[in-house]
Amino acid sequence: MKRSQLMAALVLAGLFAWAMASGVVNGRSECRQFREVPGARPSRQFPLGTDDLGRDRLSRVLYATRVSLLLAPAAALLATLLSALIGGFAGYFGGWWDKCAVSVIDLLLSLPWFFLLLAARALLPLNAPPAASLMVTYGLLSVLGWAGPARVIRAGVRRMRESEFALRARAEGCGPLRLVWRHLIPNLKPVLLAQIWTTIPVFILSEANLGLLGLSAGEPYATWGGLLRDLQNPLSIRPETFAPLAVIVIAVACFNLATPRGGLTP
Amino acid sequence: MPTILHILAKRIGAMILLLLAGGILTAVMVRFSPGFATDERELDPRLSQSSRLSIEKERAADGDAAHLAHRFARMVFHGDLGESPSLKRPIGQLLGERLPVTAEIMVIGVLGGWALAFALAMASVLSRRLAVRGLAASIQQVLVCLPAAALAIVVFDIGGPVRALIALIICPRVFEFLRNLLQEAYQQPHVLAARAKGLSEFGVWAKHVMPYAAPQLFALAGTSVSIAFGAAIPVEALCDLPGIGQLAWIAATARDLPLLLVITLLVIAVTQACNTLSDWAALRKAEA
Repeated sequence: MKRSQLMAALVLAGLFAWAMASGVVNGRSECRQFREVPGARPSRQFPLGTDDLGRDRLSRVLYATRVSLLLAPAAALLATLLSALIGGFAGYFGGWWDKCAVSVIDLLLSLPWFFLLLAARALLPLNAPPAASLMVTYGLLSVLGWAGPARVIRAGVRRMRESEFALRARAEGCGPLRLVWRHLIPNLKPVLLAQIWTTIPVFILSEANLGLLGLSAGEPYATWGGLLRDLQNPLSIRPETFAPLAVIVIAVACFNLATPRGGLTP
Repeated sequence: MPTILHILAKRIGAMILLLLAGGILTAVMVRFSPGFATDERELDPRLSQSSRLSIEKERAADGDAAHLAHRFARMVFHGDLGESPSLKRPIGQLLGERLPVTAEIMVIGVLGGWALAFALAMASVLSRRLAVRGLAASIQQVLVCLPAAALAIVVFDIGGPVRALIALIICPRVFEFLRNLLQEAYQQPHVLAARAKGLSEFGVWAKHVMPYAAPQLFALAGTSVSIAFGAAIPVEALCDLPGIGQLAWIAATARDLPLLLVITLLVIAVTQACNTLSDWAALRKAEA
């Protein structure tokens, strides 16, 4: 592991630990409203001030960090599993399965990612409770985000299917299931890991964009996209309103830096 | 050996199939989306029972996804894209008014983004200073980590050039590929030989580096259009630019499904046409 990867992983771990511990340490809920101090400037009590409803901005940023750092990797894992299933199936069996899978992948990749997300989100209920709409948003990301990784995995499986070690395994009587389980999956592990790591920042940014457009979880839940909506009012912009943006940039940069860069190891 | 014509015919065939598949898929999704069978007009207390029944009958006619797709295809072939339920205007008219805005910001965005990425990549490849390479990589890293919508709001708030905003979104996504490609091109034996023989930097770039990199650059140009349209949605929606991206956002938030269906087909057609064109240009260049 390179030093930059290690540093990025440490920063992410620190951010995650801080976000998980936030409610426990200061005992303050992200939804609690301090009606006596709405729109307060940063102070010892409120390091990032309060928003227009008197909610502690730091608690909200940390809660949003917790949500994104838990749900984006979960959605990325699900998307990669879907892509491994579809890409692996198409790559291993070939023929019509492969043609059908490639057509669907091409269809999904031919649409701009954000447009696809917006259109699909619009087809689902927009007035759902906040928790449900948060799940719908991340669920949608994983259901629609498998196409890119599936193309990479399909290519990897196709290459491996024709490789010498696979040929030898087949010649020695290894069945398809055993071949996939004992030989292909272990060799695909680096590719799958790289796909998960590269998908996480894409999902984080997509949620932030959707949230800013009002299509992610609604109030009172705090999400990075939802918190960025404070920037829409030029009169309320202060340095501390950029805090969620700074955390997003740090988290996404760390994910980009920590992404393992390795190819297939036959 | 397949000729360019064969490959092009194959791409156009695939494009038509994708368009059909996209239309059918969207029609099916529209049909089975929650709330499809309800009409808000039915909530109007002034309507009589017979009026409500006639609305229900109207909706029931669209209840079958195949029927919906067929009816829509027939309308499109007659040049009628239908009417937007939320904006109460013909969809064709809405698209006609808004296409020039989106086309303008996309052209500025793609050209500006490429120019910026090219300048950064050239500086990164040609400069021997670590600081220059570090600066180029840092600019790319920061831009790629910013959500497009947040960037749009910040530029809009400070009164920046919102029409050129897409350039800042395209640039970091193109930069890394460009830098790697140019690095590879500059390490080719014939390029090293040309530099050793004293050909000027511009001459090396124009006569040896660009012809080597051109096919891949053309292929990348096609995907830039798709990235640009994806970025146009938050930019237009948040910066109040009346383009197709804003229309897509309005259709999504108002759940205007007929409008969304037409925009989906338009986007598939435009991105596929751009990809086919860029592939054709790349093949021509590679063959030359």
